[in-house]
Amino acid sequence: MTVASEHIIEVKDMVKKFGSFVANDRLTFHVYRGEIFGFLGANGAGKTTAIRILCGLSYPTSGEIRVAGHDVYHEREKIKRKIGYMSQKFSLYEDLTVSENIRLYAGIYRLNRKQINQREEQLLERLGLLPIKNRLIRDIPLGWKQKLAFSVAIFHKPDIVFLDEPTGGVDPITRRQFWEMIHDATQEGITVFVTTHYMDEAEYCDRVSIMVDGRIEALDKPAVLKKKFDSKDMNEVFLKLARN
Amino acid sequence: MKRFFGFVKKEFQHIFRDVRTLVILFGLPVVMIILFGYVVTNEIKDVDVGIWDKSRDQVSTEAIQKILSSGYFVLAETIDHEEEIESLFKSGKAKVVVVFEDSFEKRLLRENRAAIKLITDASDANSAMLVQTYLQGVLANYFKSVNQAGTIPWEVEIKSRMFYNEEMTGVYMFVPGLMALILMLISALMTSVTITREKEFGTMELLLASPLRPREIILGKVTPYVLLSFINAMTIILLGFLVFDVPVVGSLWLLMLECMLYITLALSLGVLISTVSKTQQMAMVFSMLGLMLPTILLSGFIFPIDNMPGILQWFSTIMPARWFIVVVKNIMLKGTGFAFIWKETLILLGMTLLFILAAVKRFNIRLE
Repeated sequence: MTVASEHIIEVKDMVKKFGSFVANDRLTFHVYRGEIFGFLGANGAGKTTAIRILCGLSYPTSGEIRVAGHDVYHEREKIKRKIGYMSQKFSLYEDLTVSENIRLYAGIYRLNRKQINQREEQLLERLGLLPIKNRLIRDIPLGWKQKLAFSVAIFHKPDIVFLDEPTGGVDPITRRQFWEMIHDATQEGITVFVTTHYMDEAEYCDRVSIMVDGRIEALDKPAVLKKKFDSKDMNEVFLKLARN
Repeated sequence: MKRFFGFVKKEFQHIFRDVRTLVILFGLPVVMIILFGYVVTNEIKDVDVGIWDKSRDQVSTEAIQKILSSGYFVLAETIDHEEEIESLFKSGKAKVVVVFEDSFEKRLLRENRAAIKLITDASDANSAMLVQTYLQGVLANYFKSVNQAGTIPWEVEIKSRMFYNEEMTGVYMFVPGLMALILMLISALMTSVTITREKEFGTMELLLASPLRPREIILGKVTPYVLLSFINAMTIILLGFLVFDVPVVGSLWLLMLECMLYITLALSLGVLISTVSKTQQMAMVFSMLGLMLPTILLSGFIFPIDNMPGILQWFSTIMPARWFIVVVKNIMLKGTGFAFIWKETLILLGMTLLFILAAVKRFNIRLE
């Protein structure tokens, strides 16, 4: 797909320290509008710390960071209106129904009733959840929860959606379907920022960055990285980077 | 505002869909008040009674017979010295001593009046009160029956005296005390658990990443509990009145306002607890150990503050429940107005502000 040259996320020398521990060490990168940006790294490499800063859940120690055109230090409220967020736990309310969850988040993002009704109908139909829209979340399978959580995260049509390890614990087929949904979202102009430690998923991204011990060690298109590191797949690229 | 109400609605849905929450919220207060009420204040049986008959005439002997055959009292000892009363109480041999004055019958026949003294060990205030009432009832019946023929009614003056607890603090104590306990428990425990639940399930992250401001999130979570706790407070007052005849002598409005203040205090404590605990279990343990036990033990609810060692007395002054109990007792039982409880109210208000400030500060730190 064609990638616009506009930087929707711009990060320069981002540092986050917890005491003497440096979780993010001078990260510098940008994300283009409309692309799928894979943010890879092993557990504890500092992915979640970075994503939390970009979402306005945490302040950086230093660095210049702009998300959707706004500064993360002073314009967090503006940023929050333009982003969607899905965490590792597919955080929906277990004791609310499918429909209630959708409507709750839609209300939080101030969609009006007409928009909500229309989009809810569309969404439920697309996911095939119409027959069970009044069922409690705790009673539906994990795969459906995950798809629903993603749909809820982009329900208000944000500029960017941040997905923090969205495919944990889900079977390969569902994971594949999920990536199709991510791809569909980019067709609607949503930029996708996704962290994962499944290296096969990196192949679906337009560009990936690989983090090791708080630093970005590589950043490019998957094909370019594979060539550069003389590897047959992203897994090999990753292992070569992590061993050094 | 619409956004906020949507959030509050969701919180109500959480509450009304969870049977356990509902049971704690509505079952607990009712069960507690009935349990406490009956355990503390129900019937008496086989109470040990000491007798000091200074007169030893026919009427006094018969009166004593009546007392002992009533089924409520058992003779512990007959005594004939003032000092023996104290030693009976101290050794625990008797709960009450009945004293007939000398020349009891003669005075009755000649002057139509005589006196009986009932001295109770009021360290257990509730039963002391009951024992007195029962004794008065037995004696009154007896004197009425023996004097049916008499034209002028006998005036038997029954003087009551309480040892150890002259003011009888504690008779109706269980209602204000229970209110302090239940409101603290429900408000603080439930809010701290519901907020940590969002943290545990990861939904808090989502809310924080949404345009909802942290204070909207907290307020939204707390609002339903304000309402429900208030309903609970009213239920307790109503039950106390209907089942146990505990009156509201003073202003009901003032009482409601003070309840709201105390509820706000407990809720802000709950929020504070939620900011320091990572899991629901932790929140529960904090609330139970940190709030419930001290509230029961140190607020004067069960154990009189005056009888505590100095350091615990000092410690009890930082228990919000202590001040709330004083306020409720004053309004409910003595009927005093705001002029007499402004100091306690001010202390509660100060504590509330302190807790809110601390909670907001902790909540913000967590975001860093």
